[in-house]
Amino acid sequence: MCGIAGIVNLTDRHDPPTVKLLQSMIGAIRYRGPDEFGLFRDYHSGLVHARLSIIDIQAGQQPMSNEDRNLWIVFNGEIFNFVELRTELEKLGHCFRTHSDTEVVLHAFESWDINCFSRFNGQWALALWNTQTRSLVLSRDRIGVRPLYIYEKDGRVLFGSEMKAIFADPEVPRAINPHGLDQTFTYWASIAPVTIFEGIQELPPGSVRIYKPGNQMKEMLYWQPSYSQESNRWEHKYGSPTFAEAANILQEKLEQATKLRMLRSDVPVGSYLSGGLDSSVIARLGRKVKEGRFNTFSIRFDDAEFDETEYQRMMAATLNSSHKEIIVTKKDIALVFPDVIWHTERPILRTAPAPLFLLSKSVHKAGIKAVLTGEGADEMLAGYDIFREMMIRQFWSHQPNSKIRPLLFDRIYPYLARSPQRARGIAYEFWRKGLERAGSPGFSHDPRWQTTSSLKKFLSKDILNMLENNPSPSALDDLPAAFNKWDPLAQAQYLEIKTLLSTYLISSQGDRMLMAHSVEGRFPFLDAEVMQFCNELPAEHKLAFLEEKRILKKASAGLIPKAIIHRNKQPYRAPDAVSFLSQDTPQYVQELFSDHMLEESRIFNPKAVRGLYEKCISKRDYLHKPGLFSNADNMAFVGILSTQIVVQQFIETFEQKLEAEIEFKTFIDHTQNTLPAY
Amino acid sequence: MNQQEIQKTVRDFIQQNFIFNPATVLNDDESLLGMGVIDSTGVLELICYLEEKFQLQFGDDELIAENFDTVLKITAFLQKKLNKQ
Repeated sequence: MCGIAGIVNLTDRHDPPTVKLLQSMIGAIRYRGPDEFGLFRDYHSGLVHARLSIIDIQAGQQPMSNEDRNLWIVFNGEIFNFVELRTELEKLGHCFRTHSDTEVVLHAFESWDINCFSRFNGQWALALWNTQTRSLVLSRDRIGVRPLYIYEKDGRVLFGSEMKAIFADPEVPRAINPHGLDQTFTYWASIAPVTIFEGIQELPPGSVRIYKPGNQMKEMLYWQPSYSQESNRWEHKYGSPTFAEAANILQEKLEQATKLRMLRSDVPVGSYLSGGLDSSVIARLGRKVKEGRFNTFSIRFDDAEFDETEYQRMMAATLNSSHKEIIVTKKDIALVFPDVIWHTERPILRTAPAPLFLLSKSVHKAGIKAVLTGEGADEMLAGYDIFREMMIRQFWSHQPNSKIRPLLFDRIYPYLARSPQRARGIAYEFWRKGLERAGSPGFSHDPRWQTTSSLKKFLSKDILNMLENNPSPSALDDLPAAFNKWDPLAQAQYLEIKTLLSTYLISSQGDRMLMAHSVEGRFPFLDAEVMQFCNELPAEHKLAFLEEKRILKKASAGLIPKAIIHRNKQPYRAPDAVSFLSQDTPQYVQELFSDHMLEESRIFNPKAVRGLYEKCISKRDYLHKPGLFSNADNMAFVGILSTQIVVQQFIETFEQKLEAEIEFKTFIDHTQNTLPAY
Repeated sequence: MNQQEIQKTVRDFIQQNFIFNPATVLNDDESLLGMGVIDSTGVLELICYLEEKFQLQFGDDELIAENFDTVLKITAFLQKKLNKQ
């Protein structure tokens, strides 16, 4: 896994990118690939690469070119089916100098142009520069596992794996984008192309962008989640399988996806174990192809509310793995939180990324460069409560006045059944909101988006006025044409992938926390073929009334302990506001919540924030009590704190955080050979 | 759907989603609530299925044991509802 950055001038108004600037761009993200650094530049472009060597360690240096040396690439990621593609390309007459997947991308692009991307099964962000046509192609994998950001001004395009690479150019302005903030306080994260910073765009997952001389730009989607509309398509393709047969097909596909991710690597691959079904089954399938030492890693919490040690150890014993645990306390979370935000590069509403930051540190220490995780199963196979809530609300909407129908919520939230009647009534009223919108896009996500939107009451008047006059793009803009024809579960899955998996989970909790310590994540549930199969499955195989991931449970039978298959699903969470309120909390927390800091950043209404902070502090003596803070207060506290950290780190004191100079192992300078030819 | 088909649809759903074990035989006049086959939220699960399957809607006042306690009662009730449509 790696980091990439670059500059391309689409007009002749600009001088060639300087080595110094390219150096500081890649230096800003050196942790993504500390093994070696490479540079290519010509009169109009500069490409830089930080490498974490995983495949073809001896010969896979980047930037890399084709034989004619007119097509150059910087590439972050893995194409897991590169061996198969290489065979196909060799038959077409292509000759290979290395055994790397990077070279396969170059030849695939030569043969198939931008159609090559839909043939790739992997996780990538890449830039291809054609020195003859002077065109730049940027592309990202289907789900957006690997990040890519862009800034353009006056025919000059800067791109980078992370925004800090772009900000390394002092000419790029750094300011908060109210739309990014608005989306974060609605969906939990900004949705590409919107980012939290003004003028910086995120290349949307599953898309390709092409820049051509004269400042021309074209962008297209080569993939997005799509669900079967014809009931007989599934039967035709797979020969009317029974539920058990379908579970077997899923198991085979997962096994193949995991095998590719274990074996297409020249360094050992380990696995995360959360204690849940998804990571357990992936680790088991990984273990199947790995003899000898197999490394697994788990997070434990000192707080029993979040801890899953029992199941993690049960699984580690089943795998006979070399198992490493870290114990995370509230204090640890508070201590590393600023570093976590340096890597997420965006405000977050939950502290859940922080323990994952600490976990990747321990993976790095153990000498492991790549890990499997179970990320993606809940989105592909309907594991989340939001899908179950949607089913009940849909059922309730048939008779909105029914007092009996909402009793089904007691099934998914057993604590409700134990709650006093009045408390239950309030909970039901919460889900009743928007019931009349059943069948409309976004119905599944209304309760979440409404709760999160309550955080906007803390925003400053200026920002709220600006947003009123100039509303932010909505997650419901640009839905696929067929969206309304999909069943309600498919619609909800699509929105969950677009608004949470791609934006927050795979980024803030995934790539960013892993790469902070130079560890690559590999996600079998996000394999192109696994996703395709899951999207074609009949809805009832995924969510059987209120039973989540039914087919995965079936597919896991015999692979992992029954106790893990049938345990109640525990969503991965970490202590939120409570992590920042004890007597010995680091000083920065109080400072960032102070009136003068809030006034300086001009994002929040200091009075409202002060009210929240004091309310939380007043509970300081009861921090050991579970459920002390409401969901909304937790999100507001963490959201405001992380926004303040973003402002501090990326706007106020950014230059001080940049790394020192780096040395290039690959250095190809063509500035003298190429002419300013626009 | 005729009466036999409705009865089979209902029986199969209960068998597959509440009884699970194919070896356990469910008699169509056995009390589902009395035997503990279905609990109060289980009835709702059944109704959710029936509403989708038969494109019907049930009011709270119809969700009573008289209509839903046995496969036979459910079948008769469904037929009555379908005939009214």
